[in-house]
Amino acid sequence: MKHTISVLVENEFGVLSRISGLFSGRGFNIESLSVAPTMDADLSRMTLVTRGDDRILEQITKQLNKLISTIKVVDFTNGEYIERELALIKVSTDAETRAEALRVVDIFRAKVIDVTPKSYTVEITGAPAKINGILELLRPMGIKEVVRSGPVVIGRGAKGVVG
Amino acid sequence: MELTGSQILLESLRLEGVDTVFGYPGGAVINIYDDLYESPINHILTRHEQAAVHAADGYARCTGKVGVVIATSGPGATNTVTGIATAYMDSIPMVVITGQVPTPLIGNDAFQEADMCGITRPCTKHNYLANDIRDLARIIKEAFYIARTGRPGPVLIDLPKDIQVTKHKFNYPDKVNLRGYKPTYGGNIRQIEKAAKLILEARKPVLYVGGGITLAAAEDELLKLVEQTRIPVTTTLMAMAAFPQRHPLALGMLGMHGTFYANMSVTECDLLIAVGSRFDDRVTGRIDSFAEKAKVIHVDIDPTSIGKNVEVDVPIVGDLKDVLGKLHGFLNQKPELVEDLVEATDEWRTTITEWKERHPMTYRPSKSTIKPQFVIEKISEMTDENAIITTEVGQHQMWAAQFFTFRQPKTFLTSGGLGTMGFGLPSALGAQVAYPDRQVIDISGDGSFQMNSQELATLVQYQLPVKIAILNNNYLGMVRQWQQMFFEKRYSQTVMELPIDFIKLAEAYGATGLQATKVDEVEATIKQALEIPGPVLMNFKVSREENVLPMVPAGKAIHEMVLAS
Repeated sequence: MKHTISVLVENEFGVLSRISGLFSGRGFNIESLSVAPTMDADLSRMTLVTRGDDRILEQITKQLNKLISTIKVVDFTNGEYIERELALIKVSTDAETRAEALRVVDIFRAKVIDVTPKSYTVEITGAPAKINGILELLRPMGIKEVVRSGPVVIGRGAKGVVG
Repeated sequence: MELTGSQILLESLRLEGVDTVFGYPGGAVINIYDDLYESPINHILTRHEQAAVHAADGYARCTGKVGVVIATSGPGATNTVTGIATAYMDSIPMVVITGQVPTPLIGNDAFQEADMCGITRPCTKHNYLANDIRDLARIIKEAFYIARTGRPGPVLIDLPKDIQVTKHKFNYPDKVNLRGYKPTYGGNIRQIEKAAKLILEARKPVLYVGGGITLAAAEDELLKLVEQTRIPVTTTLMAMAAFPQRHPLALGMLGMHGTFYANMSVTECDLLIAVGSRFDDRVTGRIDSFAEKAKVIHVDIDPTSIGKNVEVDVPIVGDLKDVLGKLHGFLNQKPELVEDLVEATDEWRTTITEWKERHPMTYRPSKSTIKPQFVIEKISEMTDENAIITTEVGQHQMWAAQFFTFRQPKTFLTSGGLGTMGFGLPSALGAQVAYPDRQVIDISGDGSFQMNSQELATLVQYQLPVKIAILNNNYLGMVRQWQQMFFEKRYSQTVMELPIDFIKLAEAYGATGLQATKVDEVEATIKQALEIPGPVLMNFKVSREENVLPMVPAGKAIHEMVLAS
């Protein structure tokens, strides 16, 4: 089963390799990973997507917690949360397909952020399923490049995750 | 007052109560060694950095203190890795300080540069690159704190050469502030009550005790609980000395080379109380048959150990001293129920006694050749109560666990998790440095001994009276045994074809060498070795194809033992 986990870590030298090394060394799967500093400049927040049964997930969260650099681990899978991913998509366009491309962009509330005679570059945010959806519709026109950030998540409600 | 980085290091070590370090100098630590020249800290110069780490490890295992190592950058540092991994697998508190090339050169493939934080990340509890003099004192403070608290382990500090000579005001912090590191010491009282309830309901309970009991120094609490409840105790390799093996409720070791009665007890029990143990594959054999009739209570300070290999009914995270103490206290309030338990488990103890009588831990004695087990029995009989035994890895290690009667805590130092050949001699060296007046015996094989035999020089230089007992069969015996049992006696690369003259080797270093080739020479040899004031090597020519039994073949359940050849 897919799990999205937030990890608050000390924003210090080598911390990314501690996390990624833990996953590779123990044979845990890692589908995506995004990292950035938090409001507290001493901390970074990682969002990672992994897969495994309950026992594997229990080990993953315990092992993450065991790292000295880890402040907090939250597995969002069993709670209410909002998931967002950013994608930049370079799609081929010509006189015939330009209008259709714009319609698709419009339907998905995406934005065209760069235009050339042969292409549109589209920016879209949303849950990963939404991004998969627009990619599906743009694919027939010819996708030249896709960059995805990997999802970030935040819990619903007034309560925040802090270190 | 302003101090250089190297002075800050030594002053911090002093404030941490470190009086002895093990190490080996080199270009990237030359400033530290210059300051050591006039320091009150006792430095033991080994002949290899790996041995320095094992020596610090042995020192830590028998004292409970943090072992400290200094090594230079590059090859000096990479030589420490096997030692660090050994300490990591057995959760031994240790701080390793490695020199590093100057900070402007890091990443340039400089002479004797190695990325030690990268290399040791998976085999340290934590590590630091101290590349800012302002952080150095804090890092040392944290390193010692992390090494000795929670589930202990090795911590590495990589210290660049330019930081060692940079001056900074020295303020050693009083406490650490680690947001992400707060080990749980107090066991949850509700969980402990649940455990007590299961214990009181059990009819066939067994305690399965691991190295954690030694690390928590909870041997007394364990003994009290056993006396109170009369629950039989099986110990892992790491815990053989944590429970007196003469005790009528001691079942000896369990697992691949465990006793028949320990393995049967675990297989048949209805309650398994795992204390500071981690369900290692050498203990469990085929995991789905391990204690399959039992409910499981698991007490450990490390939450990752619990539920990793088996499902647990009552998990308790906490310090074993605290948890076992509370458990004992809780049961003390219910004397009638405890009395009922003791009565209701009487039949179980009788069953175990019958197993013990049916298949005692034994071997076939011989009058013509020296049996390795016989040598260990004799060493066990002839040494002091508080003698410290170390081992290398292989057949001799298993025989030591099976045939030495351990009587006091922290007297059996062996590489359990990593299984490091070459551990025994340097760890004996470290133990003898810690306790100059106690008997320290390295039980060794001819294969393992040669992995760190250069440390004979260190023994002689510091006049450390370690006694080495080589059970010499001219084989890499444990692998040979597997080849005999599972590979049709195809002894691929396990025959040590060159018979080494170990006596001459000992003498070349200035130690004493003794040899026993006949059964009736064994006792006299041990007696003589124990009487000689300096280091002694004993070479016992033992029966060559003796096997370690019982044995649970890989992939089998632990009750499926091979009992005789």
